[in-house]
Amino acid sequence: MAKAPALPTGFELPLEPRLPRIGSVDQVAVEERAASLARRSIKKDAKIFALDLAVRMMDLTTLEGQDTPGKIAALASKAIRPDPADTSVPSVAAICVYPNLVPAAVERVRGSSVKVASVATAFPSGQAPTHLKVAEVREVVEMGADEVDMVIDRGAFLSGRYAKVYDEIVQVKEACGEAHLKVILEVSELGTYDNVRRASLLSMAAGADFIKTSTGKLPGAATLPVTLVMLEAIRDVHDETGRKVGMKPAGGIRQSKQAVQYLVQLYETLGAEWLTPDLYRLGASTLLNDVLMQIRKEKTGRYQSPDYFTVD
Amino acid sequence: MPAGWEYAPAPESRDIVTLEERYGLFIGGELVDPRSGEYFPTLNPGTEEQLAEVAQAGPQDVDAAVGAARGAYDNGWSSISPAERAKYLFRIARILQERSREFAVLESMNGGKPIRESRDVDLPLAAAHFFYYAGWADKLEYAFPNRRPRSIGVAGQIIPWNFPLLMLAWKIAPALAAGNTVVLKPAETTPLTALLFADVVRQAELPPGVVNIITGDGRAGAELVKHEGVDKIAFTGSTEVGKAIQRELAGTGKKLTLELGGKAANIVFDDAALDQAVEGIVNGIYFNQGHVCCAGSRLLVQESIYEPLIAKLKRRLTTLRLGDPLDKNTDIGAINSKQQLDKITELVAAGEEEGAEIYQPPCRLPEKGYWFAPTVFTNVAQSYRIAQEEIFGPVLSVLTFRTPDEAVEKANNTAYGLSAGVWTEKGSRILSMAQKLQAGVIWANTFNRFDPTSPFGGFKESGFGREGGLHGLEPYLDLGESEVRGG
Repeated sequence: MAKAPALPTGFELPLEPRLPRIGSVDQVAVEERAASLARRSIKKDAKIFALDLAVRMMDLTTLEGQDTPGKIAALASKAIRPDPADTSVPSVAAICVYPNLVPAAVERVRGSSVKVASVATAFPSGQAPTHLKVAEVREVVEMGADEVDMVIDRGAFLSGRYAKVYDEIVQVKEACGEAHLKVILEVSELGTYDNVRRASLLSMAAGADFIKTSTGKLPGAATLPVTLVMLEAIRDVHDETGRKVGMKPAGGIRQSKQAVQYLVQLYETLGAEWLTPDLYRLGASTLLNDVLMQIRKEKTGRYQSPDYFTVD
Repeated sequence: MPAGWEYAPAPESRDIVTLEERYGLFIGGELVDPRSGEYFPTLNPGTEEQLAEVAQAGPQDVDAAVGAARGAYDNGWSSISPAERAKYLFRIARILQERSREFAVLESMNGGKPIRESRDVDLPLAAAHFFYYAGWADKLEYAFPNRRPRSIGVAGQIIPWNFPLLMLAWKIAPALAAGNTVVLKPAETTPLTALLFADVVRQAELPPGVVNIITGDGRAGAELVKHEGVDKIAFTGSTEVGKAIQRELAGTGKKLTLELGGKAANIVFDDAALDQAVEGIVNGIYFNQGHVCCAGSRLLVQESIYEPLIAKLKRRLTTLRLGDPLDKNTDIGAINSKQQLDKITELVAAGEEEGAEIYQPPCRLPEKGYWFAPTVFTNVAQSYRIAQEEIFGPVLSVLTFRTPDEAVEKANNTAYGLSAGVWTEKGSRILSMAQKLQAGVIWANTFNRFDPTSPFGGFKESGFGREGGLHGLEPYLDLGESEVRGG
């Protein structure tokens, strides 16, 4: 198994003597564990707690060629006040947009708790020269993005050039300055859980504040087992270094039931400390209304027509 | 820091189960009053509440049950077409599937196991066993080519309390598929799903007397073992009782299979996927409160990964949810009986006294009922009682090794030989370990995985004979002399 690259000071891989390798993942067993956690039955108060948390952790996303300032305005309103009929529903964590839409987004969320996240680094493929990626990151941060969602260079990763992947993340992190860095692994292109684990550790060692499953641009994005593999890597880094890295599953999470399953998995893997938007985000474009509908149902005991929830 | 997340109770409704106040014995297709006149209470071990009274079969009752089985054998069951036998077994399997929720709830009520397990493991596997052996019923000649497989007669079957319905399925399915009739005695503490199964037998319109179910304590089992009308005894339970049965049967010509205790080694090498190995360790020893004969009760860890692995294991134990067996989120249910709880408590005290270091995660034990927190012992020496004796509870003993040879030596250094587990990323090592470990079942990168197509059974004091798979038919057949067929 390949070793991690030599590291600059200030960053650590979990390479203490007692864990001399990156470690491996057993596919059958990890899928079984994820399936077993997904069978938890979450009801009543516990469910309301989870749904409320899911809203607060959400990165409401639009990443389309047809995005316009008008679209962003609608999205931002929704992010700030997801359910106009129920003011007890909190704002979402952030809105996630393309670089060109950052100024519009910043303008629209001003004065609220909602952050602006921008994808960057030649999203979604990452197939561009490093200096262009770094410049792009610098620019989105200058325009006011609070968070940067970068993609790793899968071409480099899959050809074994781990140092290239690592160095690029280090440079992007530097370009981020105060902005938070989420590193997207694009797990469906990595092929194995072993690769996902390796890419997770590499990204965390290079300075990721969050690791994120997917761009949402490919089928087979976030899954429960792949997220579990990443949470376990985060746990190992925390054990070794005390550093808390966040997690963001993204893509394919459309229903409240799934959101609750992700949160159960988070709670039982990393504990109550991680139950905060500072350390966990759900990247989604269509999940919010289903969560709102479930919250209303839990509060009133009745389902309401989708027409009662705004489409933005 | 945010507060923790309290899961709201999510109990499975028990309304689906209808209990009688008192149950008789299932003999000749009817529930009949015991001639002994004796009854005893059967409890919910999670609450100590009495669920029903069941009959204590006396010598006359055992005689009546064996007589009914013999009658059914002679008057049709042994001579109907094998395809007809298969139809009955398929029917039973389908009824079990249809009524699986009812059975799962009752199994958890009477035995204390979490509904998650009775629903997802016990019931699907029980139905699968009937489906599997139904398939063999009319293919016995192909199962044993060049032999003449014939049924043997009346099988007396005695099963334990840890997997009441599943063990019933393991016993009854192959026996009937091979053309025998049976008298089955469920364990003293867990008779209710067997009595509910009597209802399935009637629903499937199995001819009266093909399946007879007698309840009672060890006295009823002893009567069954020594009854002259029984042609074969199949016993699953403790090594001590197994030895007594073998002594009793010596020289009688009755066939015997024994599936007894175990003290399995679960061996984790330093290249294993650690988080998944931890899941396997937990599943190996805390599944069904450790009431599993093949439980991975001895953890052998390669010394180089001892610390991170034990840290991960202890942390994982804090997320186990102990409590109401009917709650869908419960991982650890109730200990099956007061007697078993006393035994576990005694052995754990012995472990502490001998100098092992005990760890139990913080957890509240319910006030009523029989409960024991999941327990890990570290600093265990091979000579301690907790490393030698079968505890049959949620108690893990951790030992270390340095080389594969040492792992094999320690793993085999036990009176038992039922199962073992190997955790490594290296395929060649799995194969070499499997050759050297003296155990009937060896799991690689998994544990406590069962399948009707796979034979199960032990070496040494873990018993003899196999259940499951093709091998599981043999004990219920007279294979006769080999013959050469030809033109």
